[in-house]
Amino acid sequence: MASSSAAAGSSPRSNQPLVLLKDVNKHFGPLHVLQNINLEVTKGEVVVVIGPSGSGKSTLCRAINRLETIDDGEILIDGKKLPAEGKELANLRADVGMVFQSFNLFAHKSIVENVTLGPLKVKKMKNGAAKELAMSLLKRVGVANQADKLPAQLSGGQQQRVAIARALAMKPKVMLFDEPTSALDPEMINEVLDTMVQLAKEGMTMIVVTHEMGFARKAADRVIFMADGQIVEQATPEEFFTNPKSDRAKDFLGKILNH
Amino acid sequence: MDSLTEYFQSYLTALETYNVVGALWVNIQLTFWSALCSLVLGTVLALMRISPVPSFRWAGTAYVNIFRNTPLTIIMVFCILVAIFQLQLNLSSDFNFNFFLWAIVGLSVYHAAFVCESIRSGVNTVPLGQAEAARAIGLSFLPAARLVILPQAFRGAVAPLGNTLIALTKNTTVATVASVPEAAGLMKTMIEFRPDVIMAIFATFALGFVIIVIPIGLVTTWLSNKLAVAR
Repeated sequence: MASSSAAAGSSPRSNQPLVLLKDVNKHFGPLHVLQNINLEVTKGEVVVVIGPSGSGKSTLCRAINRLETIDDGEILIDGKKLPAEGKELANLRADVGMVFQSFNLFAHKSIVENVTLGPLKVKKMKNGAAKELAMSLLKRVGVANQADKLPAQLSGGQQQRVAIARALAMKPKVMLFDEPTSALDPEMINEVLDTMVQLAKEGMTMIVVTHEMGFARKAADRVIFMADGQIVEQATPEEFFTNPKSDRAKDFLGKILNH
Repeated sequence: MDSLTEYFQSYLTALETYNVVGALWVNIQLTFWSALCSLVLGTVLALMRISPVPSFRWAGTAYVNIFRNTPLTIIMVFCILVAIFQLQLNLSSDFNFNFFLWAIVGLSVYHAAFVCESIRSGVNTVPLGQAEAARAIGLSFLPAARLVILPQAFRGAVAPLGNTLIALTKNTTVATVASVPEAAGLMKTMIEFRPDVIMAIFATFALGFVIIVIPIGLVTTWLSNKLAVAR
């Protein structure tokens, strides 16, 4: 790792982790939601975070682009420390794509405007180029024919795919998914997961909080199991699902896999 | 029957002597300019109250609490006695127009506090996720507010803003203490010189304001339905 394999990568520091969390702690009042979290995610890696509700996985995901503040510890994105507020933080957030459980498309803007907003206002891209980029991304996620509609006119699955396109439009270094399929009707889950699997295959660095074990098996390089604010176990999906080590993980998998 | 015709005749002479429509037009002008100024000021205040900077939030809250809780008459008298006579702050060299402008200032600073709170109630109709999504694509506070939060907040605030506008329209009568020749001032003069038709004079001005205000209510109700953000 120490050798200079840097020349090959697109980043001059491709051997350092893209996302690095060091001794991160966070409290919600008396509740210690993140307890000494240490996590490294390298470029191109797909990390799936699973665990029972209330285990802190969403908070972890949101802390990475500072939608949640942390009490102590350090979070570094591509070697840069997460700034506290202001312009610098905004710039860093532009490098981190985020997909929310409740889609959060801008309700007053059309589908294509949702996707072009970031490129136009943050990256100062020209109108034509932004529109072109947006349409190609909408095509990629399969909703190009809905470009002029408002978010409320689309199904949940379509909205979530637009949300993925909106995040991708910023050409992020890493994508965060905070339970992207939890608010969807069952028949729409797969269309979103397929988009995510495709994204993973294309080499996007992804951190995915999910309850979809199928996705974890199919696309994850690593599974992180969280419980009570701690990372209890991490392993390859194969190893984690067939041979979980901790009792917490065995208990959790027993509850969700044995129907 | 004769006395009724007589009463009506003398009411008509009163209307011929005094320009009621002209006075009401002054109220409409006061309403228009004060609405515009208080909308701008109120939006700035609302931005301060939702901003991430604590001192801005504090200043916005202090403004709202001071001006919302001070009687409009006192603000208006302050504008005239202190600003014009004591401090000689003239907004125009034209004597009457100066009073008119100061009346707009008084009305605007007062109603801006209410506009601010109306907009803030509109901001509360925008789900938190909208702001988070805006931040997540790299928009900082002001662009996120301008592009994502306020456009939705204004649509959610149409009804309370309409209420504020109606209150403002009627409150323009307070400008009479700033010697602006508007409806309430004219009514006072008419009552003084034509007490014979006092009931009709009251009814005239009441009806005048009802005619001005009812369309505002209808339009804002219609707009608040039409502009509602589909979620």
